[in-house]
Amino acid sequence: MKSAVITFPGSNCDRDMAVAIELVSGTAPVRVWHGDSALPDGLDFIALPGGFSYGDYLRSGAMAANSPIMRDVIAAAERGVPVLGVCNGFQVLTEARLLPGALMRNAQQTFICRTANLTVENARSLFTAQYSAGQNIAIPVAHHDGNYFADETTLDRLEGDGRVAFRYADNVNGSQRAIAGVLNAAGNVLGMMPHPERAVEDAHGNTDGRALFEGVLNALATA
Amino acid sequence: MKVRIHVSLKPGVLDPQGRAVHHSLEGLGFTGVEDVRIGRTVEMDVADTTTDAQITEMCDKLLANTVIEDYRIEKVG
Repeated sequence: MKSAVITFPGSNCDRDMAVAIELVSGTAPVRVWHGDSALPDGLDFIALPGGFSYGDYLRSGAMAANSPIMRDVIAAAERGVPVLGVCNGFQVLTEARLLPGALMRNAQQTFICRTANLTVENARSLFTAQYSAGQNIAIPVAHHDGNYFADETTLDRLEGDGRVAFRYADNVNGSQRAIAGVLNAAGNVLGMMPHPERAVEDAHGNTDGRALFEGVLNALATA
Repeated sequence: MKVRIHVSLKPGVLDPQGRAVHHSLEGLGFTGVEDVRIGRTVEMDVADTTTDAQITEMCDKLLANTVIEDYRIEKVG
């Protein structure tokens, strides 16, 4: 699997993401700087990591969404290349309009850093196929702006089309309909606030995130 | 030319910051505050040749997130 992890100024989970991808796939991802004008050729998978790109100036993810490399990321996503955005990566994907909605300040105003219980809502996507529908998994969250918002029409469409990938079992941040992760219409772009890359090896105390990366790997192997 | 962009949350979008400030105002003893919404003002110095369409494009592409925010353009002179 030829993958890439994008690093923006202020990303801080890029190394964790790269380690997780290498652990599961056996191949280290290419590390790409946000200011690069082009992605490497022939990528199978792109990950946008967590962090505080551009210090969350203006809005979380807003500046990064306009980074030079994002033109190529958007083009790759539109070609069907799997793209995963975690935490700040999710915020970047919504700001880049690759995913609907927006991530607002947590309802309780505080930064939350804990393990969240999630329900897998859609186990048919390439990212979630190694889980089963309705499965409960525990994945760490660490964010201040994770409160998912979209208008009612959009929320109804997301639910109807099976694009809610994960939901919080207990709504940790006030998200509309407790949404923790959403897919794009084609199913090749996933954004989620919880950090699956922080739950991939025994030393993490929890390996519930591993199946997400295995799902991507498996989808690519059988494609 | 000076331009001020007033960015505010759309009606109906919950504003947790505004609510917290509202509580604080009540805690300070101010009564009769019905609602508090927090927005953002962006002041720009732009070339006099900048068109309204260009300013609108700046707002739509970066200064506001129109999924959750409205904006108003004020030309200060």
